[in-house]
Amino acid sequence: MANRLKTALLNPQFYRAMTGIVLFLVLWQLLTGVLDLPRFKLLPNPISVIKEWFSFEPLSGRSLFTQEYYLDIAYSVVRVLIAFSLATVLGVGLGLIMGWNRIFYEFTFPIVEILRPMPPLSWIPLAVLVLPGVEVAVVYVTFIAGFFATVLNTLLGVYSIDKKYFLAARCLGSKPRHIFRNVVVPGALPFIFTGLQISMGVSWMSLVAGEIISGQRGLGYAIYEGYSMFQYNQVVCYMFTLGILGFISSAGIRAVGRKLMAWEASRRGA
Amino acid sequence: MAKGKTPQGAISIKNVTKIYDPEGVHVVAMQDCSFDIAAREFAIIVGPSGCGKTTLLNAIAGFDGITSGEIFLDGELISSHQKQIKPNVDRMVVFQSGALFPWKTVMENVIYGPIVQGTMKKTEALARGRQMLNQVGLAGIEDKYPEELSSGIQRRVEILRALINEPRVVMLDEPFRGLDAVAKTVMHEFLVGVYCTSPRTMFFITHDLDEAIFLGDKVVIMTTRPARVKKIVTVDMPWPREHHIKTSKLYLDLKGEVLEAVHEEAKKAFQAGERELA
Amino acid sequence: MGENGKGGLDTLPESVSSQHRPVAKMGYLQLKLFKRVFNLRTARGFLSVLIFLALWQLVVYVKVPYLQYLPYPRQVAASGMTAVASWQYWADWGLSLERIFVGFIAAQIIGIPLGLAMGISKVFKGFSFPLFEILRPIPPIAWIPLAILFWPTRELSIYFLVFIGAFFIIVINVLQGVSNISVSLKWAASSLGAKPKDIFWRILLPGSLPSIITGMTVGMGVTWNVLIAAEMIAGQGGLGRATWEAYTNGNIPLIVVGMVSIGLAGYLSSTLVRWFGEKAMPWNREV
Repeated sequence: MANRLKTALLNPQFYRAMTGIVLFLVLWQLLTGVLDLPRFKLLPNPISVIKEWFSFEPLSGRSLFTQEYYLDIAYSVVRVLIAFSLATVLGVGLGLIMGWNRIFYEFTFPIVEILRPMPPLSWIPLAVLVLPGVEVAVVYVTFIAGFFATVLNTLLGVYSIDKKYFLAARCLGSKPRHIFRNVVVPGALPFIFTGLQISMGVSWMSLVAGEIISGQRGLGYAIYEGYSMFQYNQVVCYMFTLGILGFISSAGIRAVGRKLMAWEASRRGA
Repeated sequence: MAKGKTPQGAISIKNVTKIYDPEGVHVVAMQDCSFDIAAREFAIIVGPSGCGKTTLLNAIAGFDGITSGEIFLDGELISSHQKQIKPNVDRMVVFQSGALFPWKTVMENVIYGPIVQGTMKKTEALARGRQMLNQVGLAGIEDKYPEELSSGIQRRVEILRALINEPRVVMLDEPFRGLDAVAKTVMHEFLVGVYCTSPRTMFFITHDLDEAIFLGDKVVIMTTRPARVKKIVTVDMPWPREHHIKTSKLYLDLKGEVLEAVHEEAKKAFQAGERELA
Repeated sequence: MGENGKGGLDTLPESVSSQHRPVAKMGYLQLKLFKRVFNLRTARGFLSVLIFLALWQLVVYVKVPYLQYLPYPRQVAASGMTAVASWQYWADWGLSLERIFVGFIAAQIIGIPLGLAMGISKVFKGFSFPLFEILRPIPPIAWIPLAILFWPTRELSIYFLVFIGAFFIIVINVLQGVSNISVSLKWAASSLGAKPKDIFWRILLPGSLPSIITGMTVGMGVTWNVLIAAEMIAGQGGLGRATWEAYTNGNIPLIVVGMVSIGLAGYLSSTLVRWFGEKAMPWNREV
């Protein structure tokens, strides 16, 4: 660990990254706090944002040291987890079956292709009116977003498998269920994980919108609430919180992917 | 499969014709091709590209059908216009571009066949796999993934994966293509070794004429499209084949014979190709 | 594939086939085959849509717990007819499409050069990429309050949001495209006497084109999502707004009409981008 830190510090790359970020913050501060520019001064400046974020008595009632903050995070994270898990299980399942069985594909693909272009957020009004409770509607909309992305990528994954692996498996005496387990699933895994990362991204996006529109607790709602109560520092804090959470979840998926696909590491020359 | 005699792996190809896309582009890949391969014979198939060598392999393996004619394995009809036996362990294929499952380790690949068919328990299969790897000097790579290993090793593992199933026929589609000359000599030694240990019918497609004569009992030279048997050259040299035979008179004579026949067909193929493009 | 034992008609000789054969790829020789199978496939497709509609009708009729509140297909169709006949509907289309294209094109104009710069210059990437990666996971929707604060008009803030949606995607894809171009290609060009300017215009740009097109296609899909949300929350006019208003009026058939319209609009724009991609890359039929 210490070694890694040392190599990181010696790497010029590290300093460039820091410089870039610092420059950005300086520019931000200049535009919003120091210079008297027409529209920019309406925006919160980084210093006040950081002060608010780290304060013990935040004006908005939300900072790293308040319970509210973590409650908001919890609401959003739980919703995303439920929706994402459902989308993954159903999406990968459907995608695999569609890729595996041509007849099933021909029956289901047209419907999928009609429903897929409909932006997940356009489902919100319908979902709110039809489903029991706003909470379910928000989770549903988040689910839909991830679901289609997962199905599509899983399908592509199955099709990406070189035909020779199927032939070899058949020669070796595999029955269809063997082929499914030993060729289709592992072969599609790389694409599936790409799809899951995309799914996670769109899930967060839909969730935030859903929270704003439906007015339940959570990060999205807090952003909008902050805006309507003129607590712009809160808005920016939560934006960055969302960014961090999004990054962590994608990184988490990538880590799981690397674990499951150990053979890919050798291909990359690890 | 009828169990009269002990299955030996004798292949009989009778008047096989294959037309691709009969109602469309109508490509006659093969016309009236006939020849036999005796049980446990090492047969080499050479010929210009696109002349239907892979067509035959596909038909025997069960991947694809034929338009007319018949193919027999030990007297049993395995392929005709109506009938097409599905691929199974009797007729193993080793693919040109390598079909080791990249997501399985070497050992998992090798024991895949017996495990999936249920002919061996896991411990038994592992032991057998280990034994086979050791026999050919490939011990210690069991837990590696194919991509971590050189192509030479990958090809050998793939051949072992096929052999562990004790097939009647092993079909190899240019398995050593792309390997450098040094690696090839290692491969040939390897193949000669496993063939002599337990002989079984080999159906070996190649473009390398040295390889063909070195490894084969007979060399079947195919014509260009529509493919037919042009000539069969018998290689009457003792087993196990050793490298010094490559400079013997018999070898060079045979090579000359094969070379001439192949060259003739290659010229025809080029001219046909040029005509197509013109 | 799968349980179909036969290789059959779609196994072609070595010289005309390839090892990879995804269902959707259509080579010249397979076109004829596809036309023959086409009838059976479209039949199944039609059948499935019919079954879907029938199920929908049934579910509402039988009063399945929550789905009973869905409108009947017929009601949606009727609502759709009225909408299509009204001027307002098409005005909404126009407004939404305009917003999409302004934001989208702005994202391409700024994003593509930026991505290329990051791909070419390691130093520049070192400065900008970490910052970029920090901002990227922030959902575009979260930018709404800031956008509204900053931009003087609603329209501008909506353009900005659409821009954000497409921007990060295109940059990431361009980056990937540039890094995919093998070093040997560049070396080959150099040894043939190419100057850096040539390498850029003749190797880098065409080589990263597939990724650029992918970025545009994916970005287009995302931007619709962002636009709809933006219109619902803060917009005036446009398909998203219209759907929202249908919601506040409790006009459920119209909500569905809105959803379908949005989906259609999204589909058309994606098709447009894909068509553009095929024209831009005649050598690469499979985008």
